[in-house]
Amino acid sequence: MSNVLIRLENVSKSYGAGSEPAVRNLTLEVMRGEVLVLVGPSGCGKSTTLRLINRLIEPTSGRMFIDGEDVTDANPSELRRKIGYVIQQVGLFPHRTIAENIATVPMLLGWKKDKIAARVDELLELVSMDPEIYRDRYPKELSGGQAQRIGVARALAADPDVLLMDEPFGAIDPITRDRLQNEFLRLQQELKKTIVFVTHDIDEAIKMGNRIAILREGSEIAQLDTPEAILSHPADEFVESFLGSGAILKGLTLKKVSDIELHQVPTLTSPVMREDALKTLQESVDQVALLLDANGKPLRWIDERALNRTTQPIEKSGRPVTVDLQPEDTLQDALTVMLQSSVGMACVTDRKGKYLGCTTIESLAKLIMSDG
Amino acid sequence: MTTANINTKTRSPLSERLDLIISPIFAVALAILGIAVWVYSDLDKITIAILSPEKIQRQLGETLILGLTSSLLVILISVPVGILVTRKGYPRLKSLLVNTLGLGQALPAYGLIVIFFSFMGSGIVTVILALAAFSLLPVLRNTIVGLEQVDKSVIDAARGMGLTARQILLKIELPLAVEVILAGIRTAVVINVGFSALAFLVGGGGLGETINSGLKLDRGPAILIGAVMVAILALVFDFLSALAQKYLKPKGL
Repeated sequence: MSNVLIRLENVSKSYGAGSEPAVRNLTLEVMRGEVLVLVGPSGCGKSTTLRLINRLIEPTSGRMFIDGEDVTDANPSELRRKIGYVIQQVGLFPHRTIAENIATVPMLLGWKKDKIAARVDELLELVSMDPEIYRDRYPKELSGGQAQRIGVARALAADPDVLLMDEPFGAIDPITRDRLQNEFLRLQQELKKTIVFVTHDIDEAIKMGNRIAILREGSEIAQLDTPEAILSHPADEFVESFLGSGAILKGLTLKKVSDIELHQVPTLTSPVMREDALKTLQESVDQVALLLDANGKPLRWIDERALNRTTQPIEKSGRPVTVDLQPEDTLQDALTVMLQSSVGMACVTDRKGKYLGCTTIESLAKLIMSDG
Repeated sequence: MTTANINTKTRSPLSERLDLIISPIFAVALAILGIAVWVYSDLDKITIAILSPEKIQRQLGETLILGLTSSLLVILISVPVGILVTRKGYPRLKSLLVNTLGLGQALPAYGLIVIFFSFMGSGIVTVILALAAFSLLPVLRNTIVGLEQVDKSVIDAARGMGLTARQILLKIELPLAVEVILAGIRTAVVINVGFSALAFLVGGGGLGETINSGLKLDRGPAILIGAVMVAILALVFDFLSALAQKYLKPKGL
């Protein structure tokens, strides 16, 4: 079993003589189980390339192979039933219930009724939507984010090896998009599908892709590599300008809080006497100590000034800790929290909220330096 | 992450509810008017002869046959043609058809009946064909519009999942266009039932005979009752079409 699942070989697509081809002589390999992101400016032919794979667009020349089999001349409808397809506008069938929408391909493949019903419920659970509530609803009753969950569930219905996604989260508000992206990544860890993902958003590409193909006009590959490699070694000026400024900052989305060494500040466990708190602070090199509750959950940043200025109980002095990081959060999140924090540090806790340590700007800078 | 409490019972909009109420109200009002005329005016022997039950019954039957056959013919022609021209590769045929049929409707129905008469002679078939020619356009136009207003992304998704062109037409496009197509058919049925009152001109029978006799013999009540019956018939079919529209429309839209 080869590692290459999809192979486009010298594929071109032009619309009539005289016009520039949308795709010019493209050779592209997609590895089994990877998320390959096609990213590029609008009009570069990335969507056309995607639609060539399931033959919604027929190539003018070239061959296409899926799992070693030449599918250039295969029956297009049968081919498409084996390939999941998700588009930006979702395209749910408005006259069919959620369950019927999800069941589309299994029905086409002639699955038995009870097998379909079980699969529909399984998929609804998979995309975190309660089957009891949503099974018999119609698409117009869904929000944009919910509709795209169903879009993904529908594409996964017959358990295809390959999933094609054309800007799937492009029309969704930023907060929901972020959540869907995270859920999708979690799902992919479980499912290990081979996914070709089109976006114009380089940040999304970096977040979602195992590999990224940056395309320029005519779907020509400017650079094809892992996000890390592209960020640290852009191939040419086009890639550099497409990455935009702040490639280092973008790189932070690829690393987790668990990648950097945590700094241990002095801690105080509530309840604590003022004198003990002062003593702890004076003995430490840090200007600040962290007040934890009895369960080890961070409560407030305490410094000497806060202790001296007020006669209030310690539990009410200093500044509250508003946001905790967890080890699996990205370093970009960590940077944001640090910049917002009054002490230039961010607390890291485990899932139960127990204090583990702090991230500091210095530790972040050290990591970036070491990457060179 | 689930968001419950979505309001699933949306009330149908006011216009849609009025749609089912207005024609029955008018029909009943007209029926009361007709009965009042029948009861309160002095009906002489001639009027009674014009309005004899056997005649009215026959004319009603003829009107129904004229209206329904021509409508059926229109559906059988316009819907398939509308489907055909909205398939890929017929954009020119489509604009040509819509424009020429638009001309056909610009002619008065009366004129069309006379034109068909001059080619085909008198009889019920002439009337049916003339009425059909007159009401082809609303059904054809609505079939085209109905199919074209189907969200392109829905069709793209359907193709992408491996539905064949035929499956997309039958399972996606037609169900999503049915409401608009039925609106066209409704217009055609009302036109056909209404204008079948002109059928008597070329020996096609129908309730127009009563009106005509009333006119020629100067019997006001007969004219009025004949006209009221035609109007009620058209309103009844309007109501039935509205019902069909409401109940044949797929859920979820």
